[in-house]
Amino acid sequence: MSEANSYLNRRDVLKRLGAAGVVGALAPFGIRAALAADKLVVGVIYVGPRDDYGYNQAQAQAASAVKKLPGVTIIEQEKVPETNDVQKTMGSMIEQDGATLIFPTSFGYFDPHVIRMAEKYPKVRFAHCGGLWTEGKHPKNAGSYFGYIDECQYLNGIVAGFTSKTKKIGFIAAKPIPQVMRNINAFTLGAQSVDPKITTQLIITGDWSLPVKEAEAANSMIDQGVDVITCHVDSPKVIVETAERRAIYVCGYHADQTVLAPKGYLTGAEWNWVTPYTTHIQDAIAGKSMNNFLRGGLKEGFVKMSPYGKAVSEAARSKADSVKAAMVKGDYVVFKGPLKDNTGKTILAKGAAYQQTDPVLEQMNYLVEGVVGKA
Amino acid sequence: MQSARVAHLGPAVEALVIPFGALAVALLLFGLFMTVLGHDPLEVYALIYKGGFASSFSWQNTLSRAAPLILTALCVALPAQAGLMVIGSEGALVLGGLAAAVVGHQLGGMIPSVIKLAMAVAGMLVGGLWIALAGALRQYRGINETISSLLLNYIAIALFNHLVEGPLRDPASLNKPSTMPIPDVNMLGNLPGLDVHWGLGFGAIFCVAMYVLIKHTTHGFALRIVGGNARAARLAGLPVSKLVIVACFLGGAASGLAGMAEVAAVHGSANASLIAGYGYAGILVAFIARQNPLAIIPVAVFLGGISASGGMLQRRLDLPDATVLVLQGIAFLLILASETLYGRFKIFKPRETEPAAAVDKASSLIVQEVAR
Repeated sequence: MSEANSYLNRRDVLKRLGAAGVVGALAPFGIRAALAADKLVVGVIYVGPRDDYGYNQAQAQAASAVKKLPGVTIIEQEKVPETNDVQKTMGSMIEQDGATLIFPTSFGYFDPHVIRMAEKYPKVRFAHCGGLWTEGKHPKNAGSYFGYIDECQYLNGIVAGFTSKTKKIGFIAAKPIPQVMRNINAFTLGAQSVDPKITTQLIITGDWSLPVKEAEAANSMIDQGVDVITCHVDSPKVIVETAERRAIYVCGYHADQTVLAPKGYLTGAEWNWVTPYTTHIQDAIAGKSMNNFLRGGLKEGFVKMSPYGKAVSEAARSKADSVKAAMVKGDYVVFKGPLKDNTGKTILAKGAAYQQTDPVLEQMNYLVEGVVGKA
Repeated sequence: MQSARVAHLGPAVEALVIPFGALAVALLLFGLFMTVLGHDPLEVYALIYKGGFASSFSWQNTLSRAAPLILTALCVALPAQAGLMVIGSEGALVLGGLAAAVVGHQLGGMIPSVIKLAMAVAGMLVGGLWIALAGALRQYRGINETISSLLLNYIAIALFNHLVEGPLRDPASLNKPSTMPIPDVNMLGNLPGLDVHWGLGFGAIFCVAMYVLIKHTTHGFALRIVGGNARAARLAGLPVSKLVIVACFLGGAASGLAGMAEVAAVHGSANASLIAGYGYAGILVAFIARQNPLAIIPVAVFLGGISASGGMLQRRLDLPDATVLVLQGIAFLLILASETLYGRFKIFKPRETEPAAAVDKASSLIVQEVAR
């Protein structure tokens, strides 16, 4: 009997613990007052961690900057996959938090997730990062913002070209898609503007976040004599760290990675999403109709360069600064003839050029001469 | 008669009290953790409840997140009946989804319901064959099925990426390589009256069917004998290899169906977004459910709820995503650890000397359970 009692007691304890948990969960008090009604509630959704030193961090920095705008409340959710989860996350922000402007920041969120939610919630604005919104095809309460970051990759290339002694520079890329190839080509052209003999070793890892493969790629490039490296992956962290550990130089991407490589970080191509975030938020507050297609480069303040590292020479700085000044003025063209791809095919004849806004650049499916590798 | 019923009820009650007790302890520990981080634990509990379970919206959020996990968990739980540890559901899901996308596009002009059926069959067939391969490798070549199914995941994803970015790529999908889109009319809709797609319905039906198959048919009985002791089963004349491979096939078919539902109800084509880790999350669900097909449903719903609540915690308290993983980790660890408690509470065992008292005890326990 006493034994049974002791079991009963244990069960009693369990029961009380359980009850405490349930009562706690049901407690009506303690919920933070629902988000203030007179403020514009802005939801920001990230596909990865906010502190990835890369793509997501660049977005999170903008979100954190616009928090200071008057009349704005920012709510954030990270590591949301490009599945039904992101639809439910957008829905939760709208239904549970009262968000009326949402920044779904991952490229893969747009089709079908953003489109479907924009159709379902016609009064909510969806500002998607990427260049996918098309007039007449997509809802008016959705839109795209994106930046011409190949300008910055070109400047990266100039600095890399001045710094490299082996004349072999490296690019680690996630996927052979137009966006990425444009960066590879711009980086290579920038370096070749310093020395036409420079070649870019290319390694494609196959996915946006494969830290182990990225580190292996960096190491194997360094073993082959590459002495400046850059990348287009979601988080450049391991690549930048590997470069620093092996004592070579590195150009950043997405966000500022100086702290990861205080010796070897030359400069970097960064997004400056504060510009489109501010535009969308101010339009929403003013009740103006949504600007569905926001695009810009250095001139419009959509992209920016990391501060130069110690290793960057005076010559490199002045050349990069002068090209940058021309880009800011709007009279520098990255893709101009004569231009050949790395199979020898002519892309642009002498005198011809693709302006930055030319849609043909969005379909880039070639690698320029001097890129060693295949897409 | 009475004592037989009690003998049945005692373990059933035990199977409820122990995991729920573990869950309650987990919530308490998590509350403690939140207190240490400087948050009000009651507010945290309230947000968890609000995010995952308080309204019809939050329930639909929870159920949507649970839907794929139910099917991928079956991919682990079914081979487990035959004593196999298969962890290949991710691979079966992506290839099943790819097969469904190809069929859905190729059959473009036919009657929508026929196309939907064909997509489901294609997804199940490809997913099923993929896992059956792991079963066959084990039965005929003696290769450990856990390792082979894990490696098959990598092969499946590589194959998937190769096909989606190469031969099967829609040339119009520039920066997000995808297969050709499935026309809207051929897409799976939502369950009637809910904002939850048909994947949930498929999962529930599949679970119940498999439960009946395993517990109430001679085939299921034979399968469980194989799981208990394959050598004895062989001595008894059971077709062991066939049973193992069929169990693997059914598991893979469940995962392939999950892939089909993702493609046909959500994405509209196959692309890298399909590789979202549902297969791996399903392993967790199957283990917490102790490989029981019926238990998979509530466990998947619970996991879906935590994931839905996690968003709420992130948005309202500015907590990182990792916070939810802490809760999930504590909860699942305690639930698994609590398995050692089964059979250790006399209260759940029928007392033959005083059957009437046991009935009273059991019924009062049920009343308490219901009251909670």
